[in-house]
Amino acid sequence: MAEVKEIKGGPGNRRGIPAPKIENPGELFWRLMRYVFTYYPYHIIIVIVCILVTAYAGIQGTFFTKSLIDSYIQPMLDTGSKDFGPLLVAISRVAGFYLLGVIAAYVQARLMVYVNQGTLMRLREEVFTHMESLPIKYFDTHAHGDIMSVYTNDIDTLRQMISQSLPQLFSSFVSIATILVSMAILSWQLTIVTLLMVVVMLFCSGMATKASGKNFVEQQRNLGALNGYIEEMMTGQKVVKVFNHETETIERFDELNEALCNSAFKANAFSGSLGPINAQLGNTSYVICAMIGGAIALSDSVAVGFTVGALASFLAFNKNFSMPINQVSMQFNSIIMALAGADRIFKLLDEEPETDDGYVLLVDAQEQNGEIVEADHHTGHWAWKHYHKATDTTTYQPMEGDVTFNGVDFGYRDDKMVLHDIVLHATPGQKIAFVGSTGAGKTTITNLINRFYDIQDGKIRYDNININKIRKSDLRRSLGIVLQDTHLFTGTVADNIRYGKLDATDDEVVAAAKLANAHSFIKRLPEGYNTMLTGDGANLSQGQRQLLAIARAAIADPPVLILDEATSSIDTRTEKIVQDGMDRLMKGRTTFVIAHRLSTVRNSDCIIVLEQGRIVEQGTHEELLAKKQRYYQLYTGMKPETA
Amino acid sequence: MVKTLLKELKEYKLVSVLTPLCMFLEVAAEMIIPKLMGKIVDNGIYGENMAYIFRVGLMMLVIALFGLGAGLGGAYYGSKASTGFAKNLRKAMFDNIQTFSFSNIDKFSTSGLVTRLTTDVTNIQNAYMMLLRMAMRAPATVIAAMIMSFIISPKLASIYLIAVIILGIIMVLVMRKATVYFREVFEKYDELNESVQENVSAIRVVKAYVREEHENNKFRKAVGNIYNMFVRAEMNVIKMPPSLTATVYICILAISWFGAHMIVGGELSTGDLMGLLTYCMSILMSMMMLAMIFVMLTMASASGKRIAEVIEEKSDITSKEGAIKEVPNGDIVFENVSFAYSKDSEEPVLKNIDFEIHSGETIGIIGGTGSAKSSLVNLISRLYDVNTGKVKVGGIDVREYDLEALRDQVSVVLQKNVLFSGTILENLRWGDKNATEEECIRACKMACADEFIEKMPDGYSTMIEQGGANVSGGQRQRLCIARALLKKPKVLILDDSTSAVDTATDAKIRHAFATEIPGTTKLIIAQRIASVQDCDRIIVMDDGQIKGFGTHKELLESNDIYREVYESQTGASADADFDKPM
Repeated sequence: MAEVKEIKGGPGNRRGIPAPKIENPGELFWRLMRYVFTYYPYHIIIVIVCILVTAYAGIQGTFFTKSLIDSYIQPMLDTGSKDFGPLLVAISRVAGFYLLGVIAAYVQARLMVYVNQGTLMRLREEVFTHMESLPIKYFDTHAHGDIMSVYTNDIDTLRQMISQSLPQLFSSFVSIATILVSMAILSWQLTIVTLLMVVVMLFCSGMATKASGKNFVEQQRNLGALNGYIEEMMTGQKVVKVFNHETETIERFDELNEALCNSAFKANAFSGSLGPINAQLGNTSYVICAMIGGAIALSDSVAVGFTVGALASFLAFNKNFSMPINQVSMQFNSIIMALAGADRIFKLLDEEPETDDGYVLLVDAQEQNGEIVEADHHTGHWAWKHYHKATDTTTYQPMEGDVTFNGVDFGYRDDKMVLHDIVLHATPGQKIAFVGSTGAGKTTITNLINRFYDIQDGKIRYDNININKIRKSDLRRSLGIVLQDTHLFTGTVADNIRYGKLDATDDEVVAAAKLANAHSFIKRLPEGYNTMLTGDGANLSQGQRQLLAIARAAIADPPVLILDEATSSIDTRTEKIVQDGMDRLMKGRTTFVIAHRLSTVRNSDCIIVLEQGRIVEQGTHEELLAKKQRYYQLYTGMKPETA
Repeated sequence: MVKTLLKELKEYKLVSVLTPLCMFLEVAAEMIIPKLMGKIVDNGIYGENMAYIFRVGLMMLVIALFGLGAGLGGAYYGSKASTGFAKNLRKAMFDNIQTFSFSNIDKFSTSGLVTRLTTDVTNIQNAYMMLLRMAMRAPATVIAAMIMSFIISPKLASIYLIAVIILGIIMVLVMRKATVYFREVFEKYDELNESVQENVSAIRVVKAYVREEHENNKFRKAVGNIYNMFVRAEMNVIKMPPSLTATVYICILAISWFGAHMIVGGELSTGDLMGLLTYCMSILMSMMMLAMIFVMLTMASASGKRIAEVIEEKSDITSKEGAIKEVPNGDIVFENVSFAYSKDSEEPVLKNIDFEIHSGETIGIIGGTGSAKSSLVNLISRLYDVNTGKVKVGGIDVREYDLEALRDQVSVVLQKNVLFSGTILENLRWGDKNATEEECIRACKMACADEFIEKMPDGYSTMIEQGGANVSGGQRQRLCIARALLKKPKVLILDDSTSAVDTATDAKIRHAFATEIPGTTKLIIAQRIASVQDCDRIIVMDDGQIKGFGTHKELLESNDIYREVYESQTGASADADFDKPM
């Protein structure tokens, strides 16, 4: 039964499968950029201007160092003058530029905080909202850990990329461009030499990046495998203890741990060697330029116009040149990693949301002059609002809770049907019980009524309306469900009950709790209805959690109820009282019950016996017992009289 | 905490020392090079001495090569040390977790343990690498550059000294505030992720109640909150780079101005001035680096603390010296046992429990939610220790046994049971790793698991997904029973292990127990009276106490609770068939 999904350790499921390669990094990059840019166009423009200003200020500074010796100090030395006036002017001028540069840098940093955090906020929001809109099938087919890792890992890597890598990359490019121009102005010959060295640098860092990149992929895969294993073992830790399986568990852990350590070591060693290699190549470039430049400057050909001072400042540029190049190559790795994350984010965003073509709406209704009309307040009555396009009229039909299945086939995958030719009819107020061994398809049927899954063949009608025509949210609102696995949310007990009806008053909450027989245990909790629940209600017992789930359904006051083994973990004493409450709740409502305890379904109006996705028997308790077939066998544990 | 963590360095101590050593050498090379650069400009270029340029240039290249070697060494050793350290930390934690008793496990949540083993270790790994490679480097650079500057000109170098001090003060102030903010925001961030996790696993509830919009709003609010906190924290940090740049600029200007005066006054050469300007940059860059390390360390310290917690946690249940390895038989005795999960809770979960079970008996246990049925049986295989009184198995106090031996011979099927990824056979062999396939099949037959396993495409070689996601609840329960049977235990405990199995199969399993393993003491916790009524005797639990102990018949006559439960399940007009389900 695919629908029973535990929280799964995500990356572990990728075990053995190579990490996906990013197919189109360029496209991905621009998509991301568009993302950032649409939200913050003005911020970005100002940031770019600021980066340019900062770079310009930096250049002015470097030029100043050149002129400091050439134009101010040297002349003074030559003439023996002690007039520092011109130098003061020059320094003041540069100080002005510097001030501008610092202000620009600060403004840029401030704006980037907004851009970065804002983009992430919107991205998180969008991913979450989109995720909420995805069909159940998505959650069945994707490991929960993988979905989680989009939030915990991928968006986080983006944070680094947007806040650090991108601005640094941009300013590095600006620096490279400006320094290049400045160098070219001073001496094109030496510029070529410098560029040649840059090519060598790029080649070396390319090699190192490739080697570390390969190992980073390997590392991520090993990390995924290890994380998956850890998650699985931590979840089953008590079972490990009970079976004395510690040694074996540790053995496998050691293997995975060792593999991760190996690839992590290689990845880090290679990426770490990038810095020293580039730094020393930069120094080499400096020496070569000094030698060649020295030869040119000291040669007698005045025509070259290359002064000693020019050489000095060229060397200063040369020294500053290797830094941004180094930075670009360093950022490259992190950008690739971030893009891999962006890829997963966009994949989630590109998932088709749950489609909803329904146009029949569920509205509050009241009777006026014998006719049903829409009411603007809660009346306790509902009606289906049916808009007919052809005639441009709207009709109202009372909501009654009549459900029919007509030749329904269903499979989680198209090639494997799990339900075959299901035919059933529940008239308003009837209690329908599904029985059958595990895996017979009981839960699956109930999942079709609220359209968690869409059927492959046949029709399901609700008050004689094809459920495909009913807007999904309205359909689900009309169905109260207590699921097989109870899930509670972080919040108070009252919050959790109120989940069924957000605007419920405190009195309503207590009333619902009383109905579900949850009131007495809630009262005994340290803070009663205000007790905080965390970790899926980990501080409550299984039975208590179910009682809360029942109370949650009760407060929603739905016309149709689906109870999926709701009471199976409540002890029988409590269950009897719950059953009373349930009976009250079920009165006048169509109810579908799935329970293994046949005593709880005995009072049903119709019992449907399922076997391997087919209805094998259908009727009341007495009828089916008299038949002495499958139900009789299930109920009594005896072999049927005739095979 | 630091001591606990550093203990795990083990074989990576040497590389841990080598890394900063390499970094130190690299720094030395980096420091000499600007000096040489200055000399080239000074004596070579301005002195118009080509031979000098070549000589010093070559020297520079040699030193650069040396620096490269040191840098590569640093990268190699640093990576080795940090990833090795991370490996050892993970291992230390994992190994220690394996020794945890149930109450230790209860103390840490599953997700908490997972985070500690994964994210926290990665944080430490990164911080450690940073520490090894940078922490030595940055102060070394500052000091070395300082010394070089002072050699060139003590007067000008004092400008740096002032700048460094001022910058240091600014940094400490900013960072102190920022780390507080960041710690807050990361806590909130964890909460946010938890709520996403909650949504992912409870998506059916969300959808069933059409609460997508509600959840979106909740999330939006939380995300907005995080946004504000992040902005507040980062607004602090971003003051750093501009103040650094400003300091650099001021230094450059001051040095240029005073340097010019000194050159003109003949106290300084132009090359020296160039050198000074270079050192200025390295000093202030290193200061920045120090600030970053500081932030990283404070962030990592939270992770370190959490890791240390796991490593330092001592299992509160251990085998004693010379423990008994053999459980003689399946007798179980409780002597005036009281038990509470937490030592300081006033109300014990179990109160004055006294009973005796003989080897080979089948005992049913029935009682309401929270009546401490599970707590009772958990004491038998010493998953928890009693507070007062004694639990004896085979006539010997369970605390006298070797834990492994006891648990091998007292087999428990837990209420919250788990299968592991792997084939069905592999899962079954958790019970007995040397079990033959025939033995496994036999156990599965007893547990009524073979019927569905046979139908699976790969039979006993079918892969079970993580958590047993591809088998239904009832199938999972039957596999878990089979797994427990393979231990061939003297005592078998089923803690509500057939709740998802239909009545008929349930009865079949119990019948198999009676005929196949008559010598084994069987304890069956159940909700259904039908599951226990044919047991030799039945314990009725209520509110941590035994309220009745006897056969089905006896209890029906004498025990109100039992009768009430019975009637609630069968109804006053119970069918004749239902009374004798076998």
